[in-house]
Parts: sequence; C-alpha cells; structure tokens
Amino acid sequence: MPTFKPRDWGSHAPYIAPDYKSTVLRGPTRPLLPITSGLTEGTGPVFARAAIRNLDWDLTQNGRVNGDPIGERMVVHGRVMDCDGRPQPHILVEIWQANAAGRYVHKVDQHNAPLDPNFRGSGRCMTDENGHYRFYTIKPGAYPWGNHFNAWRPNHIHLSLFGPGFATRLVTQMYFPGDPLLELDPIFLGTPDAAARDRLISRFSIDKTEEGFALGYEFDIVLRGRFATPMED
Amino acid sequence: MRYGETPSQTVGPYFAYGLTAGQYGYDFTDIANGVIAGPAAKGEHIRITGQVFDGNNVPVNDAMIEIWQADANGHYAKDPVDVTSDGFRGLGRYGTGTDPQNRFVFDTVKPGVVADGGAPFVNVIVFMRGMLVHAFSRIYFSDDHALHGVDAVLQSVPADRRKTLIAERTETPTGIEYRFDIHMQGDRETVFFDV
Ligand SMILES: [Fe+2]
Repeated sequence: MPTFKPRDWGSHAPYIAPDYKSTVLRGPTRPLLPITSGLTEGTGPVFARAAIRNLDWDLTQNGRVNGDPIGERMVVHGRVMDCDGRPQPHILVEIWQANAAGRYVHKVDQHNAPLDPNFRGSGRCMTDENGHYRFYTIKPGAYPWGNHFNAWRPNHIHLSLFGPGFATRLVTQMYFPGDPLLELDPIFLGTPDAAARDRLISRFSIDKTEEGFALGYEFDIVLRGRFATPMED
Repeated sequence: MRYGETPSQTVGPYFAYGLTAGQYGYDFTDIANGVIAGPAAKGEHIRITGQVFDGNNVPVNDAMIEIWQADANGHYAKDPVDVTSDGFRGLGRYGTGTDPQNRFVFDTVKPGVVADGGAPFVNVIVFMRGMLVHAFSRIYFSDDHALHGVDAVLQSVPADRRKTLIAERTETPTGIEYRFDIHMQGDRETVFFDV
C-alpha cells in the first residue's frame, strides 16, 4: 500500500517543454515506470530545528559584512499543507535567490549587474507545528538569460522542500503578482495549466506588511496528499 | 476541500550557494553533502560515482543528485539528518559542477535489504537546469545479481532496460567503487519511476 497519493501530473510541467530550450536535451523521453513498493516511498529525511542556525531565516542579515543589503525589504509568510489541507509541520524549506539587481552570488552567473557585498541570497527555515513558515529577504531583481532573444526571468525566489516523505520532495519558484514578465517566461509557462501556474504567484498582504520595515507576501505550498491510514477517517 | 499541488519548477543553474554550499566553497552551512555514511557507520564502506549525460551524450555540469538510502541493516534513518555525524546519515546531495569530469561522488555504506524489498538499492533524485520536474530512479548493485531476480520493482522494469539501474562494482586501491552513469536520453536512457 503506497503512503502518498500519486503525483497530480496535471499540476506539473512535462519533462520536454520545447519553449524552454534546455529541456529538449535534458528531460527524459520515455514514460516514467510505475512503482508499487510502499515502504521506501513513505520514508524520508527529517530535520531538527537545530539545522536552522541563528540568521538562516533572515536573508537581510545573514550575508552582512559592513551594512544592510540594498533593495526592498520583504517578509514571506506561508503555510505548507498537503492537498487535503493538512498542515505539514517541521518541514525544511531551503531558499535561494538573486539580489535586488538580479545578480546571483553563484560563480557562473556572468550577468553584468552588481553583486551586493551584504547579500548572499541563501537561507532556510522550518515550518512550525501548524505548517507555517516565514523568512525575511530583499525583493529579487529580474535577470536576463540565454533562452531566446531578450529573454528575462521574472522576479522569483527558489524554494526547496523535503515534505513528510521522500516522494513529496518539491523544488519550486515563487513569483510576484503583476509581473509583466510572467506571460513571457517559458519556465513559468512550462506548467500548462493556468490554475496551477497561479499557485506559483505569491500574494501581497498589507496585513503581513511590517509597519516601517518590510512588505509582506504570502506564499502557500501544497504537497502531495497521504492515503488515510485505517486509524483516520 | 482539495487543494491543487504547487507545481515543480527547475532548480536552475545557480543552486550551489544555497543547496550545496560547502562542496562549492560558499560561506553557508550544508544540510547534506557527499557523505551519506561517515567512517563510524556499520557496514561495507563504498563509494558511488557517476556522470549525468544529456541527449548529446555530453556530461552535465550543473546537475544536483540526491540519494536517500537504508543503512547496512536495511533500515531508513528516523532520527534527524546530522551533517556533522561520523555515523550513518542516510541522505546525500552532490552537485556535478566541482569535479573535473563532472562526476557526483558519494561516500556511503552498502544498504541492506529493506523489509518489503528484494535486493539492496539506493533511491536517487536528479535535478538540473532544463528539468521542470525532478526525476526519481534507483541504483542497484552488480554483485547482488542473485537477488535481482526476486526484486519486484526491478523485475517490473522491461528486461532490456534493467541494466540502466545497476551500478558496476570495481575494487580500487582506495576501496570499493560503484559506477552509475545517468543517461537522460538515448539508447541507454536511465529508467525513471513515477514515485
Ligand atoms: Fe533563478
């Protein structure tokens, strides 16, 4: 008996999405094979709160050298749940992003935009008992990429989650409402279903905005559901 | 109320300072790295290496591989992953951008047979720029040939593709090494599972 409900492929992109050119040589071409084993797919790594060190969840602070990073301070609040709405506690969320100018610290990023000596752009946090997470950062800038002429990635934050099991692993990107680049981005558009794509766009929230300090955004994350055990339902 | 899943998006080319910082020399801690089992772990200590090839048979230099495996007794770790432990950790993560041949390199112990399994294996997840969704596979071991016939998952794979899941054992001066190359496409396309 499998632990997790099958992946909802209608919410995901195909492996080969030709408008996103590097999928053409990198995505598997043969159908995925079904797997029936239950034990392995129901297990997965768990993480202690100690894996989150002091400033890991505050990207405005964790790369400081001699001052504050440049850019628009923001706070992201969200809830991690499964597709039956069950909150997912103690889930590790890893975060990485470009700085306000659209430049990554990564050594192979050659974009001609300045690095910020006080911003690294990576961090991590963990959901609480109710599945809530929160991190502070600087709003990332858009950046050009080589997919096609005048290609620009919309503003986005990369997120990586270990769900309750190995099978619920998710790497995704959070986008911003009203970004005109979304409708031009083959990575965002790689997900064919418009309603599913909407789930990648965060919501601005004046309630989560911190007076005089940081703009608030909300981004909920939905992982695969679990089959009910005989004890439940 | 049923909620739709959050779509997967590519890990992109710039994950290293967030996900594999120690390996790539960035000033940030790791939650996992190439050591799945430290020197104090029980079992046969092995190294698993390989390359990831794209559809032109070119090694990919910006893939990230994760491994989740059982210990030498066939048990998955239940305690939190501790990247400072010199014992069994269970989780590994390695980017292909630091090795001159773009290999991934994992130091671990050979897993035991899990309770509902037939032959030892490790679980693999492949991420890279150009993959909007990660892909799951498994590594079996060439010296377990006798057990492969009783492994239900391996037997469910068409016979002509099973060898894409089997790592070749070699003895080297520094220890036992298994070679497992991942082919995203082509005649030798690795079997990926709908986990
Ligand atoms: Fe990015």
